[in-house]
Amino acid sequence: MSGAQSDSAVVSGAQGTSLSPEETAVVSLPQEPDLHIFAAIVENKFGVLARIAGLFSRRGFNIFSLAVAPTDDPAYSRITIVVDVRNTDVDQIAKQLDKLVNVVNISELHPSDSLERELMLARVGAADLGAVTDVISEYGGEVLDHADGEAIVSVSAHPDRLDRCERQLRPFGLHVLQRTGRIALRALDADEPAVGMTA
Amino acid sequence: MELTGAQALMRSLEMSGVEVMFGLPGGAILPVYDPVLDSPIRHVLVRHEQGAGHMAQGYAHVTGKPGVAMVTSGPAATNIVTPLCDAFMDSIPLVVVTGQVAMSAIGSDAFQECDTTGITMAVTKHNYLVTDPADIPRIVAEAFHIATTGRPGPVLIDLPKDVSNAMMTWYWPDSVELPGYRPRHEVDPAAIAEAAQLIRAAERPVIYAGGGLLKARAAEALRELAEMCDIHVVTTLMARGVFPDSHRLCLGMPGMHGNYTAVTAMQQADLLINLGARFDDRVTGNPAHFAPNAKVIHVDIDPAEHGKVRVPEVAIAGDAKVAIEALIEALRPGDGSAVADALADRSAWKSTVSGWQEQFPLQYDQPSGGYPLKPQFVVEQLRDHTPDDTIVVAGVGQHQMWASQFWQFDYPYTWVNSGGLGTMGFAVPAAIGAKVGQPDRTVWAIDGDGCFQMTAQELISASAENIPVKVGILNNAYLGMVRQWQELFYAERYSEVYLSADHPDYVGWAEAMGCVGIRVESAEEVVPAITKANAINDRPVVVDFRVDTEEKVYPMVPAGGSNDDIILGPEGDADAALKGSAPS
Repeated sequence: MSGAQSDSAVVSGAQGTSLSPEETAVVSLPQEPDLHIFAAIVENKFGVLARIAGLFSRRGFNIFSLAVAPTDDPAYSRITIVVDVRNTDVDQIAKQLDKLVNVVNISELHPSDSLERELMLARVGAADLGAVTDVISEYGGEVLDHADGEAIVSVSAHPDRLDRCERQLRPFGLHVLQRTGRIALRALDADEPAVGMTA
Repeated sequence: MELTGAQALMRSLEMSGVEVMFGLPGGAILPVYDPVLDSPIRHVLVRHEQGAGHMAQGYAHVTGKPGVAMVTSGPAATNIVTPLCDAFMDSIPLVVVTGQVAMSAIGSDAFQECDTTGITMAVTKHNYLVTDPADIPRIVAEAFHIATTGRPGPVLIDLPKDVSNAMMTWYWPDSVELPGYRPRHEVDPAAIAEAAQLIRAAERPVIYAGGGLLKARAAEALRELAEMCDIHVVTTLMARGVFPDSHRLCLGMPGMHGNYTAVTAMQQADLLINLGARFDDRVTGNPAHFAPNAKVIHVDIDPAEHGKVRVPEVAIAGDAKVAIEALIEALRPGDGSAVADALADRSAWKSTVSGWQEQFPLQYDQPSGGYPLKPQFVVEQLRDHTPDDTIVVAGVGQHQMWASQFWQFDYPYTWVNSGGLGTMGFAVPAAIGAKVGQPDRTVWAIDGDGCFQMTAQELISASAENIPVKVGILNNAYLGMVRQWQELFYAERYSEVYLSADHPDYVGWAEAMGCVGIRVESAEEVVPAITKANAINDRPVVVDFRVDTEEKVYPMVPAGGSNDDIILGPEGDADAALKGSAPS
C-alpha cells in the first residue's frame, strides 16, 4: 500500500501549487527521477529535432528537459537532453541517438564533472517587493519588471538551486513559471569520454 | 550542363550503378517519369506501390545491391511505408524516391499531399526532403552510401514537383561527407582476444548465425570458423543458407518454430557466439529464461544491439566478416599445433547434440493414400525437384515456417522472406524482384492462400514484363497460423480465419493475370505439377496446392514462454512425438 500512497501523494503534489517546500521534498523522494545529461552536436538541418523527439518516443525514452540552439558554427546545433533513466538503459540512449545520421556526436555529462545552468523567468506576487528582491538576490537573479503588486524575475543558476529558489518564491504566489531546461558543459579538468560509433 | 531536377535524379541513379528500378508514376513524380524513357535503367511497372517496395527488397536480398523504387506522393508514399518498415526491420538496403507536391503547396493539405518524411522517419535509416535541385546528386550519393554501409537499411528521398522541374548545373560528387555517419568496420583486437579465449574454454559452444552474416558476405568465413573450431551452427530465419543445412555442424533453425536440437542446443549452451543476429523474441522466447548458462559473444555492426536484449560478455562492434577473420586469426595457434589441442573437451556435448538430432527430427505424416495432402510434403517435393540453387521466397505464416524447416538451404542468398516485420503478401512481389535480380535462376515463391490474396496482382506486372516466377500456394483455406493459435490457445474458437479453398478460383485468377494455373489436390499430382511448372519459362506459373487444413507447425514454443517448454507435436510432449511416424 505504501506504493499506492506515494503515487497519490505525487499526483496531488503535481497538481497543487500550495505545498510547502518540506511537503514537496517528502513526496518526491520515493519517485526521485534518475536524471542523466546527454550533450549532442547535431547538424543544423530541417527536422533534426523531430528525429530526436521521435526516437525518444518510439524507444520509450523519457525526456525530462531539452534545450537546443545553434553553436558558434551555425551549421551545427548543440542539444542538451536530460533523460529520466529509471526505466531505460543509459547506453541504449546514447547508442540509439548516435545512429541518427544528423547526430555528429553525443556524450554523457556526469553531474560531478559538469557545470550546469538553467534560466528561469517567473511572474510572482510582489506585494512586498523588498522580500522578493531579497530572495532573488540570494540566487544572483534580478527583478526585470514590477507593477500592480506583481514582479517578473529572472534567475540563472544550477537547476537544483533553481528548485530551491522556486520553492522560496512559492509563498509569494507563483503566477507564471517558465524554465528553459538545463544546459551543461564538461568541467575544464574533466576527461572527455567518447561515447559513440555510428552504424 | 544544365539539367532539370528530374533529369538530375535519373542521372544520379545511373551514376549510383542502378540497373533496375520498380515503380508506378503519378502526379507529383510525373517530371521524373519523362527522363525514365531516355534512361538505360530498366523500369518495372508495378500494379500497387507496395509491390514496388517488396520487389526492390527481393532484388536486394538476392543481389546484395540496393533495391530502388520510385512512386508518387500521398497514397503512393503511404502504400510504400510497409516495405520501408519491412526493410528497416530486416536491414535491407533500399533507396525509395517519392514525389511530393510543390514546395509552395507543402503544408497546405494539397491534393495527394502527405508528410512523407514525417511518416517515414521511424521506418527509414534516414530520409530527405529535397528543397533545391542542386542538392539532388549529393543527396542521391548520400542515400546510396547510407543504405548500403554499416547496418544496411532503407533511405527515402522525397522530391517536390517544382524541384524536379527546376534547372540545376550537373555535377557528381567525388565522395560523401556525412559528419554524423561513421560506420564502424574494424574490430577491437582486445575484444577479439577475449572472445577467442571464451571459445577455447567453452565446452558447449553454439554459433548463433544471423542475417548480418549475409549482409557482410561472410558465409565462407563462417564456415572456416565453424570447421576450424568444430562448433555447431544454428541459422536464424534471416540467415537460412549462410551455412549449409547439409553440413555436419549445421543444426538448422532455432526459435519459436525451430527444430528441437537447434532450440535446445542454444538453451543448454555454455557459450553463444552471436554473429550478426539480434536476440529477436522469436528466437529467444522469454529472454529471462533464454540460454541461462551461456556466456555471450555478440558481433554486430550496430553497437546499439549490444545489450539491447541480452548483455554480452564480449561485445564486438564491427563488420561480421572482419570479426570472424580476426577470430580465426586469433584462434590459430602460432606454433603450428592443431587448433583442437587448445580447445576444451567437447565430446560429451557433441554426443548429446547428435543424440537429440537422432531422437527429435522434424516430422510429419503424409498418408499413403495421398490425401489429405500435407504442406510439408509439398515443400519437400519442391526441394527435391528443383535446381539446387533455386531461390525460395516466402510470405508470412505457416507456409513460411514449413518452407524454412523442410527446404534444404545449402547456398547463401537462396532464401528471401520477411522476418522482422512479418509482412503477409511479401512473397509474390519479392519473388518478382528476386527473379529480376537473378534472371538465370529458378525462383519459387512458397506462399499461403491468405498472403497470396494480398499482393497477387503483381503477377500481372510479372507476366507483362516477362518475369517468369513460380508461385506455389499452400492453400489450406485458412489464415493458417492464426487458425493454429486459435486452435491451441483460444479453445478452437475460430474467429474470422476461414478463407475458402475455392474462392477465389486461384487457377482462373492466375490465367486471368497471364500466368499458367495448375491445381494439385493429392500427393501423386505434386511432382508432375512441379515438373510442368519448372518447364514453363515464358510466363509466371501459379500452382494451387490444396493442403490439409488442420496441419500445424511444430515444434512450437508458445509466445512468451521459455524455450525449455518446446512442444514437439500435436500430442504435446517428446514421448508422443517419438512414437509418430518418420518424415518421408
